[in-house]
Amino acid sequence: MRLSKSWVVTRKDLSVFRTKRSLLYSLVAFPLGIGLGLPTVVWLSVRKTHASYAALIPLLDTFLFFFIIAAVSLASTLAAYAIVGEKVERSLEPLLATPTTDSEILFGKSLAAFLPSLAATYFGAAVFMAYVDGLTLPTLGYLLYPNGTAGIFLLFATPLACLFGVEVNILVSSKVSDIRAATQLAGVLVLPFAGIYVLGEIGVLTIDASTLLLISGGLIALDVALFFLSTATFRREEILTKWT
Amino acid sequence: MIETEGLTRKFGPITAVEGLTFQVGRGEIFGLLGPNGAGKTTVVRMLSCLISKTSGEARVGGLEVGNARDALAIRKMVGLVPDNVGLYEALSAYRNLDFYGKLYDCPGPERAARIQMLLQGLGMWAERDRAVQTFSKGMKQKIAIARALVHDPQVLLLDEPTTNLDPEAARTVRDFILERKKDGKTVLLNTHNLDEAQRICDRIGVLKGHLLGVGTPQEMEGRAGRRQTVIELEQVTPEIRKAIRPLVASFREEARRLVVDVADPERENPALVEAVVRAGGRVLSVTAGGPSLEDTYLDLVRGSP
Repeated sequence: MRLSKSWVVTRKDLSVFRTKRSLLYSLVAFPLGIGLGLPTVVWLSVRKTHASYAALIPLLDTFLFFFIIAAVSLASTLAAYAIVGEKVERSLEPLLATPTTDSEILFGKSLAAFLPSLAATYFGAAVFMAYVDGLTLPTLGYLLYPNGTAGIFLLFATPLACLFGVEVNILVSSKVSDIRAATQLAGVLVLPFAGIYVLGEIGVLTIDASTLLLISGGLIALDVALFFLSTATFRREEILTKWT
Repeated sequence: MIETEGLTRKFGPITAVEGLTFQVGRGEIFGLLGPNGAGKTTVVRMLSCLISKTSGEARVGGLEVGNARDALAIRKMVGLVPDNVGLYEALSAYRNLDFYGKLYDCPGPERAARIQMLLQGLGMWAERDRAVQTFSKGMKQKIAIARALVHDPQVLLLDEPTTNLDPEAARTVRDFILERKKDGKTVLLNTHNLDEAQRICDRIGVLKGHLLGVGTPQEMEGRAGRRQTVIELEQVTPEIRKAIRPLVASFREEARRLVVDVADPERENPALVEAVVRAGGRVLSVTAGGPSLEDTYLDLVRGSP
């Protein structure tokens, strides 16, 4: 596989994304909303209940799960534009007629969905951590973030979840004919992650470093399986004869 | 440059193309004529290694279609204009071409020069920075043609490139195709525009699942068997009608013209004109009419199941 070819595809897709305002808004607003909204909720509840920030540390750590949800959702949306968008514009045929392999095209498109989603999620997480540190530093006397849990969240679980969103979307691209249907999938994809978050909140599951590593391990297995499935699905002959 | 032998493609129980055998030489424009669903697009897709063949042989530039190792080299050799332009609507014309140029490994400076040359040739250079979504159909089609040529391919596969274009845009595209022939490019042109095929193709093949006939436009015209002589007169009088009736099998009148069915015009026309003149007719012109390519095409297509 020639990475330079994939990079050409990635750059083209990034150029297309830049022209879609709704995508740009989603990339900024979603992570920023989480990064600013959740600490504000914590601040308001502390003001009202006079609870200590120290007691809220596990809750704050669990809130990082929202960035996994954001990553899956954004990656899935961008992958829908990258793959189903070609289908809608009927631009797959000339693209597939170029001297590029299926895996080069697929990798380029995956990268185009993966990179901005991850960057946007990291941006939101950075805002979140800076805001929380600003709130808690006077009480705790030390910077709560970055810490080990946040590190595992952001360096392992988030990119793996991002990849999961991209790969699932590639798989379903053959079954949907418009971007809206593909992006609706993003809503479904976040459900398992939302479920884990709820289990953490109600105390069934402790969202700590070891749980996160376990989730990351599960995501690695899923990602590998989905990679083989999605590359098997992305066959130019099937794309031309069955997708369109 | 393009050779097929018994090329066949089936989609499940449906046979789209069967036993197709034809050759297209270097610098030749070969037209594939056929009704919708005749398999023209399937042929183009097989030759550009987009879909596989079920059986038979096909070679492009000596490389074997269907051989995975040759597929990338064939795609590099071929420029494809699909039936749908398939451009990136949000990107500019230049950005579209630049993207494809990179995928075809055109080096930077050469790519820029080539894009400029193509856009200027198609009268689109001034529009290069406009988003494709603001273009008319004809403008988009021109960009799709430029895209197919951005890597200077030896073979052009054009799938109905002038469909839905206004006459002026269609003329520009046709002239551009003819220019490529002068450059030595081999062109396979899918069309159901008979006039277009007649104007620019060196040879024509009529396709309806299988090849019904191949020949030059002139050879194909002659296949319908019917030949006509058209005599334009100042006035058609009863005396003229009476004079020519014993000489010909049948004739009809179109305003001041007599359209006469003749078996051997070289032998029959002098006597015909002489009879008209003797009957007091003033002859303005005598031309050979029909059979047209359309007659041959319809005979072949209607005669095929």
